[in-house]
Amino acid sequence: MTQFLFHSLAGLLILTVLECLAILVPLLMAVAYLVYGERKVLGAIQLRKGPNTVGPFGLFQTFADAIKMLTKETVIPSGANRALYLFAPFLTFVLAMIAWAVIPTNNGWAIADINVGVLYLFAVSSLGVYGILIAGWASNSKYAFMGGLRSAAQMVSYEVSLGLVIVSILLVVGSLNLNDIILAQRHVWFALPMLPMFVIFFISTLAETNRAPFDLPEGESELVAGFFVEYSSLAFGLFFLGEYMNMILMSAMTSILFLGGWLPPVGIAPFTWVPGPIWLILKIVFLLFMFIWVRATFPRYRYDQLMRLGWKVFLPCSLAWMVLTACFLMATGLLPGMQTHGVG
Amino acid sequence: MITQLAFYLFATVLVLSGAMVVSARNPVHAVLFLILGFFNAAGLFLIAGAEFLAMILVIVYVGAVAVLFLFVVMMLDVNFNQLREGLQRYAPVGGAVGVALLAELVFTVGRLKLVPAARPLPVGAGSGTVSNTEALGRLIYTDYILLFQACGLVLLVAMIGAIVLTLRDRPSARRQDVGMQHARVPADTLEMMELKVGASVDELGGYLRPHDGYGAVAAPSEPRKLRVSPEDEHLGA
Repeated sequence: MTQFLFHSLAGLLILTVLECLAILVPLLMAVAYLVYGERKVLGAIQLRKGPNTVGPFGLFQTFADAIKMLTKETVIPSGANRALYLFAPFLTFVLAMIAWAVIPTNNGWAIADINVGVLYLFAVSSLGVYGILIAGWASNSKYAFMGGLRSAAQMVSYEVSLGLVIVSILLVVGSLNLNDIILAQRHVWFALPMLPMFVIFFISTLAETNRAPFDLPEGESELVAGFFVEYSSLAFGLFFLGEYMNMILMSAMTSILFLGGWLPPVGIAPFTWVPGPIWLILKIVFLLFMFIWVRATFPRYRYDQLMRLGWKVFLPCSLAWMVLTACFLMATGLLPGMQTHGVG
Repeated sequence: MITQLAFYLFATVLVLSGAMVVSARNPVHAVLFLILGFFNAAGLFLIAGAEFLAMILVIVYVGAVAVLFLFVVMMLDVNFNQLREGLQRYAPVGGAVGVALLAELVFTVGRLKLVPAARPLPVGAGSGTVSNTEALGRLIYTDYILLFQACGLVLLVAMIGAIVLTLRDRPSARRQDVGMQHARVPADTLEMMELKVGASVDELGGYLRPHDGYGAVAAPSEPRKLRVSPEDEHLGA
């Protein structure tokens, strides 16, 4: 059996499909309960109960909503560009899924443990804007179009600072492999020595996932619902799923870059008994809670304020921090690869 | 076998999408085919073992450049029939560029030397013990650092040029000045009035119409306005 699975083409194919399912099925369940959790947390913050009717404690609320959504009619506006209109939600959903191929859930456990893992994640997350932009354009509606344009400008702006934050981490680690980045945090999580970057990264992920307080692309008070205003039924559902999967993905990315991924907080006995995936999940859940907490607490930014924050505050700060990190590592001789190659 | 199959798949789709870019009727479709082309080029890089370049291609071209491209094309109402009229005129130039690129490719791939003293291309920099990314870094930042810096300067000049060309100061545009906002104190904008009970608005000096001046009531010093825009000025006159 092992011989077949690991040493034949068909076996490897089956194994890969099983690996993908092992990631994607829990992920979809996680989305269902993230929606439920969000409504519960928001309810608690606003002194309400949240969903409490469908199933015990309202646990089946999301499934009821999903069934309701699936039984609705798919409406395609008459002026819409049909092919692109249907392609956009599909693209958003696929992009939110394929990024998970490189996320390590334990030491070396990833569907694809590639050398350029960080770049792959960054590439996939920067593609997310296409789904929104295409949806906005193909809907042939001014509200959807405005939402799409806002989103494009916003995501491109915040990617710059995200990228620079990642570069400062890569300077310290000296590898683009996600597993190496986690292993480099054995002694101390990067969230501590790089606290300012952690804050910038977290806020940028809020903007990148179009979450409050940066949810301008779907600002319901001015754009009805933003780029997906014309969508209904399963097409809308795919956008919805994609958005929440992106939130989970960004939380996973933050926990890998700053909170030590699957590493326990301290490498001593009671903590090391808990398996790595559990730690990763706990960290992701914590970050998702932060997402929801921020949504319940802060009012929406105005658009020019959003742009100012991205370009005039985050970009200079992360750039300065990158130079600072490089100088510090150079001066102390801690730059990875410095000892072996004798740079300088 | 799989590698070859993947190569032919990527190459075919790349060429087809390239053809679609120039022949698509809808400019937005053209840009989307261009993006598909980028993806397939990234796939070819991956097959060639240049995974760093593949990812950078996707991040920079697909993730940033093409987004702005799509952004602009979607906003503009391009009349494509008008664009097509120039086909006859531009065809020779375009063809010449194509031929030049093809010739360069032939020279490079065929290892033909135009200048006898030229060094051969450092092919397979990543094939040794060092990783792909490291080999590329060493080439760019150590061996060819001056050329790289020069490229950076050219780009910087282009960037500053673009900013200078498009930056115009419109007096009607209202800009937010955070420093000014934070420097504001209540005394700048608020005025405490002693009100007589039962008096009419005009008797009180028309405090509801600040632009009319404060009339009969001893006019206090004019509240300092932080910014007067033209729209406000004609109201005050």
